[in-house]
Amino acid sequence: MSKLKGDIELLQGNEACVRGALLAGVRFFAGYPITPSSEIAEGMARLLPRLGGKFLQMEDEIASMAAVIGASIAGLKSITATSGPGFTLKQENLGFAILNEIPCVIVDAQRGGPSTGLPTAPAQGDMMQARWGTHGDHSIIALAPSTVNEVLFLTIRAVNLSEKYRTPVILLLDEVIAHMREKVRLPLPEEVEIINRKKPTVSPEEYLPFKPEQDGVPPMANFGEGYRYHFTGLIHNQKGLPTTDPQEIDSLIRRINDKIQANIKDITFLENYSLDEARIALVAYGSVARAAEGAVKLAREKGLKVGLLKLLTVWPFPSEEVNRLAQQVDLIVVPEMNLGQMVLAVERAVGGKCKVVSYSRVDGELITPLEILEKVEEEIIKK
Amino acid sequence: MKRDIEYYLRREAFPHIWCAGCGNGIVLGAILRAIDDLQWDKNEIAMISGIGCSSRITGYVDFCTMNTTHGRALPFATGIKMANPEMKVIVVMGDGDCSAIGGNHFIHAARRNIDLTAIIVNNMIYGMTGGQYSPLTPSGRFGTTAPYGNIDQSFDLVKLATAAGASYVARGTVYHIRPLISLIKKAFNKKGFSVVEIISDCPISYGKMNRMQSAPEMLKWIRDSAVSSKVWENLSEEEKKDKYVIGEFLDVEKPEYTELYAMVVERAQKLEVGK
Amino acid sequence: MMKDRVEICLSGAGGQGLILAGIILAEAAGIYEGKEVVQTQSYGPEARGGASKSEVIISSEPIAYPKVIKADILLALTQTACDKYIKNLSRDGLLIVDSSLVPKIPVVPVQIYPFPITKIAQERLGTKLVINIISLGIIAGLTGVVSREALKEAVYHRVPSRVKEINDQALSLGFDLAQELKLRERMSQINTNKLK
Repeated sequence: MSKLKGDIELLQGNEACVRGALLAGVRFFAGYPITPSSEIAEGMARLLPRLGGKFLQMEDEIASMAAVIGASIAGLKSITATSGPGFTLKQENLGFAILNEIPCVIVDAQRGGPSTGLPTAPAQGDMMQARWGTHGDHSIIALAPSTVNEVLFLTIRAVNLSEKYRTPVILLLDEVIAHMREKVRLPLPEEVEIINRKKPTVSPEEYLPFKPEQDGVPPMANFGEGYRYHFTGLIHNQKGLPTTDPQEIDSLIRRINDKIQANIKDITFLENYSLDEARIALVAYGSVARAAEGAVKLAREKGLKVGLLKLLTVWPFPSEEVNRLAQQVDLIVVPEMNLGQMVLAVERAVGGKCKVVSYSRVDGELITPLEILEKVEEEIIKK
Repeated sequence: MKRDIEYYLRREAFPHIWCAGCGNGIVLGAILRAIDDLQWDKNEIAMISGIGCSSRITGYVDFCTMNTTHGRALPFATGIKMANPEMKVIVVMGDGDCSAIGGNHFIHAARRNIDLTAIIVNNMIYGMTGGQYSPLTPSGRFGTTAPYGNIDQSFDLVKLATAAGASYVARGTVYHIRPLISLIKKAFNKKGFSVVEIISDCPISYGKMNRMQSAPEMLKWIRDSAVSSKVWENLSEEEKKDKYVIGEFLDVEKPEYTELYAMVVERAQKLEVGK
Repeated sequence: MMKDRVEICLSGAGGQGLILAGIILAEAAGIYEGKEVVQTQSYGPEARGGASKSEVIISSEPIAYPKVIKADILLALTQTACDKYIKNLSRDGLLIVDSSLVPKIPVVPVQIYPFPITKIAQERLGTKLVINIISLGIIAGLTGVVSREALKEAVYHRVPSRVKEINDQALSLGFDLAQELKLRERMSQINTNKLK
């Protein structure tokens, strides 16, 4: 008993995020201190240089996002971490990364808002900010773990998806998940699947940095590798140079959206709990999914046919799966630590096929299993 | 071997968007001539800009280039330099880009003394958006948002960069081209954060509102207002009004950021082995 | 007393080491005894002072809901924390208070164990810095929620080696206090029985 058993460690969510990122090959972090994500910066400051990676504490959130994009273009897998107020500040440069198809991961450990809000209390108020925070038409990938183990694996997934689809990926934690400690079995490096961005197979003279391959994703040459080209926040042609040609504009905007939508099957991760024969479904994500799982247990003890669909991928929204669920159940309850954000996407996916009800809590406290059960029972009585 | 500067240009990106008589073309020529003198390999150069007329420069040159968001060129460049310290990273900004929205990044890049060269094209106005005053518009001058005369004090970028910790600081003009090329060359060669502020002309937005109707008139003003540091020292405060000092103001050796970080890596790895 | 799911709430003020105590407890049960554990915390904006709460759930089965619903064990190291969290204590729960910091012990129908933890720490170990570890010793000693060996391993793993000895003494002190109390209870029980 003198040593920690195997590779099992008691890790905080934020620590697991650091470990996952490093396992996925992240070698650059830039950030700015903000609760409840600061442990990610601290972990990166300690561990990155040991692996020859780079850590930067920047002058603000905006600069952190910029540095992460710069480092990714220069060839390092890059990540930043923040919380609501900082996530807001990062939005403009996030748009730059989306338009320029630059792989990077942004961790948002959600806290109560708006504004400074509740720095040390959980919330899920940034779901729509993750989707639509930056201006203009765009797609986004956002993942939401609900256990420390999931933080580890979804961080790896986030890095891989960002590389695979040349896009920023958002990892949505909340204060509970960020600070919670659980047992995690750390995979060995050789057990981790690593995806690297596609490199060009053509010569620098022939290379078009924004010419997609079949999957909608263009190969990416890093700066310093002999391929000289241009990135710009302006709408650009396949060479990367500014364009005002309507056809070129249209095809770029549609492609950066389509490349995510077209690959939604590969991007979507969901988990089912007791959904077989369920007549009532809970749809939940993040720490609230834990309460929902607890509620399912309580409901089943009472003989109520309640199940849970846990969303690990929240954006792009898994409309098809939710629509299918709506055909099976009579009622979907969406508990959230916000005034009803993802429930809008659920309603849209359900398209009237079953009743959809929101359950909200915005007081800085985690929703409890009992509350969800009570909401379910209340709806049953209404019928 | 001296090359024609066309060697460094992206032909397909032309014609450029700059107005006739704009100083940006002169700045572009000076930067390329400095690079040619130094015989840098095009593949090793990253040129990063923000938003504004002068920031369009990155679209026209055949390097690894990036036209980023407004004011943020320096942190983008910082990420590139940290990730690949072998790259020679040049940052081109306008006066508004660098000193207003990007002011914080400017002082912090200087504080880190990271090996980047910041070239600030100071035409004393927001040209692209139509002539609003910037933090470098002199007091009393006019802009579309200062129709009764600018009441703001203007920044002195030379003093700002020096105080914030840069290694090399100089100011040139688009009139004094040969000295400008040599200032840029020295800045490029400097290990550490180097700054060259270039007084430039915007006859369309700045000139027209400040009684200089044409590019030659503006260049004449630039020529007549520029004073070398030797002369500057002997001027009274009254005589300094409406004049500016050009030349080299700081050239020091001190620890550079990517080199310091390499030592952090070494320290961390030693501890890891010792643990 | 081991139920399937034991909920423990360690409460007090920032700076009393409660979060570390929670981590150590979770690590002892989770890593060294192989149980399922979740540790969470809630705290105010202050690094020192203010309210601080560290929660640990120990279970033989996977833990869904990560927070304490009804605490089986509540440790209160300040009056504020005691007053605030007593309502979360289960009816058959157990309240442990530092009587040197909690002068007004609430009148509630639960088992209450007051110990002058801070006072004893100062007197016997010459420092107040280890009241978190003493408290863990008391909790484990009274309830057996984790073994002494596991707790010791976890303490060794989490505290810097230069303060290992003092923390070791603190843990022993906690177990001793629990033991003394148990003996006293046993004695009084015997006495009561005799009187019957």
